[in-house]
Amino acid sequence: MTGTMAIGSAGRRVRVLLAALALGFASGCATTNGGDPRDPLEGFNRSMYGFNEAFDESIGRPVATAYKTAVPDPVRTWVRNFFANIDDLFIGVNNVLQGKIADGWTDWVRFAFNTTIGIAGINDVASEMGLEKHNEDFGQTFGRWGASDGAYLVWPLIGSSNVRDSAGLVLDSYFDPVRRHDPSGVRTFAVVLRATGKRADLLDASRILEEAALDKYVFQRDAYLQRRRGQIFDGNAPREPSSRMFREPRAETEPTPQATAPDVARLAKADQVLEAPAVPATGQGQP
Amino acid sequence: MFAAPGAFARAAITALALCGAVQAQEITPPDVLVKNVTLEVVDLLRKDKDLQNDRKKVVALIETKVVPHFNFTSMTAGAVGNAWGKATPEQKTRLTDEFRTLMVRTYASSIAAYKDQKIDFRPLRAKPTDTEVTVHVRVVQAGAEPVKLDYDMEKTARGWKVWDVRIADISLTANYRTEFANIVRSSGIDGLVNALHAKNSGLQRAEPAASADRKK
Repeated sequence: MTGTMAIGSAGRRVRVLLAALALGFASGCATTNGGDPRDPLEGFNRSMYGFNEAFDESIGRPVATAYKTAVPDPVRTWVRNFFANIDDLFIGVNNVLQGKIADGWTDWVRFAFNTTIGIAGINDVASEMGLEKHNEDFGQTFGRWGASDGAYLVWPLIGSSNVRDSAGLVLDSYFDPVRRHDPSGVRTFAVVLRATGKRADLLDASRILEEAALDKYVFQRDAYLQRRRGQIFDGNAPREPSSRMFREPRAETEPTPQATAPDVARLAKADQVLEAPAVPATGQGQP
Repeated sequence: MFAAPGAFARAAITALALCGAVQAQEITPPDVLVKNVTLEVVDLLRKDKDLQNDRKKVVALIETKVVPHFNFTSMTAGAVGNAWGKATPEQKTRLTDEFRTLMVRTYASSIAAYKDQKIDFRPLRAKPTDTEVTVHVRVVQAGAEPVKLDYDMEKTARGWKVWDVRIADISLTANYRTEFANIVRSSGIDGLVNALHAKNSGLQRAEPAASADRKK
C-alpha cells in the first residue's frame, strides 16, 4: 500500500515540477527588473532558480531527508569521505595549475594516505595527520589565471554559476572519475548517492538560508559571487571597499553616549599587549 | 545552488561564537574575546543537550552572551549601504532593531545545527596599537575543507565590537546590501523597515512549533 502511495505522490510531484518549470519560463523571461550589472540574465536565471526550488522541494529535500534519517551518521561520513577523497586528485591538479605546488602535493599525499590507510578513502586519516583538505576546481583555476566572472548563471539542478565557472564545470565533470567510471549502473548509483549526500549535508544550511534571506534568489546569488571570489584568492581577496565604506564614524555608533572619544580610548590602551606575531595561517602556503 | 548556501550555513552553524564574559576595566583583546565567547557558548551547548532544540533558551543565550559584543548600528549601516545616509535617526533605530532581531534569529538556527565540530582559533595578526582587526576562526569538519569565520572588529571605549562577520568569505553585511537596496529602491526606507518587520514576525509566528524540522 505504501508502495503505491509513494509512486502516486512521486508522479504528482513530477507533474508539479513540470508545471513549475513551465511557469518559470513564462514568468521568468518577462521580469528583468532592477538590472544588476553582474546578472544580465536575471529573468532566465530566476526561472531556473524557480525550477530548482521546485525540484528541491519535491525531490531533492525529501530524498536527502530520508537518506539522513535512514543512514546512520558514521556511514554518511564514509560516503562523504569516499567522494571527497576522489575529489582530492583533481583538487591537486588545480592547485598545481595555479602554481601552488606545495598545496597540490598535499592533496595527492592526502589521496595516497586516505586511499590506503583510510580504506578506499572512507576515513579521512590525512586530516587527522594535519594534512588539510583544500577546495579547488577549474573555475577557480581560470579565475586565478585572470578570467573574470562573466554573467551570473543558474543552471537546472546545478544551481549558481557564471560564465567562467560554467566553463570550469565542463572540465570538472569531464575529468570527474565518478562520471568516467565504466559499468554505467555503478556510475549512476554513485552520481545519485553523491548528490544525495551533498544535499543531506546542506539540509541545515538551506533551513538557515530560508530564515536569513528576504529574497532568497538575490541572497544566494550574492553569497555565491562572494564565495567564489574568496575561493579564487584563497581568502586573500582584496576586500570590497564597500563593506567599510558605509560604517558610521565610530563615535556615532558607540552604544552609549558617554563613549564618544575613541581616540582617547585608543591612546589609553595603546600599551595593551596583543598577540602580534605575523604568523601565516598554517598549511596554507602561498607560493 | 548548493555550494554557496552550504558554505554559508555550515559555517553559520558555528558563527554563534562571540561573547564577552568578563568586562573588567581592562579591555579584553579581540582574539581572546572571540575565543572566550565561542568556548563559553559551545560549552553550554555540550552540557545541555536539550538547549539546542529550545529556541527560546537559545535566543536568550545569544542575547546575553553574544549580542553585547556586536555593534549592530555599524552592521546595519553596512547592510543598508548608500540609503543609510538618507535615513532619519528614527528610521536608523528601527532598521537596527529589525536587523538585530533577524541576526539573532539566524544565529539561533545556526546554533541548532551545531554538532561538536572542532574549532580552531587562529593567532591574531595585529599590532597592539591597531583599532581595527579581523579575528580568524576555523570550524574543522570531516570530508570538507574547514569553514572560515572571520570577525571584523573595532576597538571602542566599551571594548572590542564586531561590525561584520564573514562566513567562508561571505560578508554578512555585503550579502544583504543588494537585497536591501532593491527594497529601498522600490518602496523606500520605510518599506525596508516593514519588510524586515514582516520577515521577523513571520519567523516569530513559526516559533511555537519549535521543532527542529522546517515546515513549509
